Amino acid sequence: MLNRIRHSLTALAIGVTLFAASAHATDITGAGSTFVQPLITKWSSTYAEKTGSHVNYGGGGSGAGIAQIKAATIDFGASDKPLSPEELSAAGLGQFPIVIGGVVPVVNVQGIKAGDLKLTGALLGDIYLGNVKKWNDPKIAKDNAGVALPDLAIQVVSRSDGSGTTFNFTNFLSKVSADWKAKVGEGTSVQWPAGVGGKGNAGVAAYVQQINGSIGYVELAYALQNKMAYTQVQNAAGKYVTPNLASFAAAASHADWKSAKDFQLVITNAPGDDSWPITATAFALIYKTPKDAAHSKEVLNFFKWAYESGGKEAEGLDYVALPPPLVHQIEEYWKAEVKL
Amino acid sequence: MSVIASATSISGVDEKRAHSDGRADALFRWIVFAAGIFVLITLIAVALTTLWGGREAFEKFGFRFLYSSEWNTQTHEFGALAPIYGTLVTAAIALIIAVPISFGIALYLTEIAPPWLRTPVGAAIELLAGIPSIIYGMWGLFVFVPIMGHYIIPWLNDHLGGVPLLGALFSGPPLGLGMLTAGIVLAIMVIPFISSVMREVFLTVPTRLKESAYALGGTTWEVAWDIVLPYTRTAVIGGVFLGLGRALGETMAVTFVLGNVHRLSLSLLEPGNSIAATIANEFAEADSEIFRSSLIALAFLLFVVTFIVLAIAKLMLRQMEKREGKL
Repeated sequence: MLNRIRHSLTALAIGVTLFAASAHATDITGAGSTFVQPLITKWSSTYAEKTGSHVNYGGGGSGAGIAQIKAATIDFGASDKPLSPEELSAAGLGQFPIVIGGVVPVVNVQGIKAGDLKLTGALLGDIYLGNVKKWNDPKIAKDNAGVALPDLAIQVVSRSDGSGTTFNFTNFLSKVSADWKAKVGEGTSVQWPAGVGGKGNAGVAAYVQQINGSIGYVELAYALQNKMAYTQVQNAAGKYVTPNLASFAAAASHADWKSAKDFQLVITNAPGDDSWPITATAFALIYKTPKDAAHSKEVLNFFKWAYESGGKEAEGLDYVALPPPLVHQIEEYWKAEVKL
Repeated sequence: MSVIASATSISGVDEKRAHSDGRADALFRWIVFAAGIFVLITLIAVALTTLWGGREAFEKFGFRFLYSSEWNTQTHEFGALAPIYGTLVTAAIALIIAVPISFGIALYLTEIAPPWLRTPVGAAIELLAGIPSIIYGMWGLFVFVPIMGHYIIPWLNDHLGGVPLLGALFSGPPLGLGMLTAGIVLAIMVIPFISSVMREVFLTVPTRLKESAYALGGTTWEVAWDIVLPYTRTAVIGGVFLGLGRALGETMAVTFVLGNVHRLSLSLLEPGNSIAATIANEFAEADSEIFRSSLIALAFLLFVVTFIVLAIAKLMLRQMEKREGKL
């Protein structure tokens, strides 16, 4: 009897040792941008199946991600807004892009379907400034000859919570409208001159669907899921483009990453005939000289895996994987900057 | 002999009993003292923590924080007037609607309703009080906002928009969102609280008082207004303030239907902001120290606003009691 117990205990001990050896899992934690949260969560579960390592991503917003990585309570942070090289070096952090997404204007005007309406960036700025008040304003009608524009007041919808979506949208408006830059500027939350604010992408989508004559801005996934009427927007090359994964990818590949130190580049208003002008990037923040090398190594392993095999999952959630030359540049950056 | 012995033994037991009772009483007193003081400590801790967290904002903006309606995250200029205004206006609308309706519910249930109806309606009120506020918010956004936008606001615009004074309150875009919508949703949320308190206290009015009034020829309304309400006044006002407290601090439901913009406008049909909604919306992405500090300062102000409103209520109650005493 005693022997039996001893045998089974030995077997158990061996089993546990084997299991521990085979799993060899390093669990890492991240927090920040809610823009990439659905994707990192998806990547994380696939990655855990493949490697046994779990990536716990807490979301919480870019501000929270930056604060927590500076306070050294997480292994990586994620921000929608790139930090400046000065801020990074002051905190001992490195930065690189995670994935590409896009912000699209959506409208709720009877008779106007997805892709019908064409807007220039400056006009979008005028609408959000409250200068263009009616849908049949000559400024809108000028480039929309075939579209029936009603005599209806424009109701502007923005984000009430701070967000990377707002940052990229206002960054674009600041680049194309001097008036916007002077009066409002760019940021994760700004003082909106007109309209109402909804909480989150879902809140903006709901407001736009409820309010007749409204215009809002959401991530592409929300526009598609809710079957909303997104608009075309004129890009830096003067061409009107439709928001989709191809035009996001074009913007990402035309953007000038090579000369961006620490990848500090907001790719709105990117050059290229087929680039979507309000394309957005989410950035990962890591320690350059980590205290816990194993964890930081795992962070890089995770992103390396995501760049190589996470593209399909990204597309499924309406994100675009980084173009290969950019991935190569990021891996060089890791080698040069991160001391493991 | 045996009688004496048993007597002494009883007195010995009594003494012991008295001693242990005394100890138990002392212990009990300490426990309930701790429970009582816990409230005070929590209150003071919350006040001090929010005051400390908001010190940067108070230092930088001073009194301007109270009367400025600027809320600019780019220039880091913050003022609390718009959210304070929105908080007070939505809570006031909520009470204006909720108090009469709650009074009606409570009166009907205690005086008029057939007995078989009283229990189920009473239970329904308590169930309503238990619904999470996010549910009210979603209902407000997806069901009530379109009704407001399509029917009620255009009607208000047409019929009241031209009236002097009132017109300023009831003219605005047919968004469906705004302070009036938020106030109505809040009213629906606080009605269960106020009406269940009212119902409970109306039941405590002695039947003989009411019967006497009826015997003197009083109508149901006269009995309710002149007998029931004066008898229960303190508790009724307590119930109203329970509802007011909830209306002032409500976050999720308000965020859904208020429109969340830092603008002051007289019109109730325009979007606004409330203190709790501002904090819930902006805290996660507050990316500078002064921004975060301003939000915590807002939390402190909500505390102060609630305190002032309750203090005014207590003063009013005391005045009323004084007047009654003189009569």
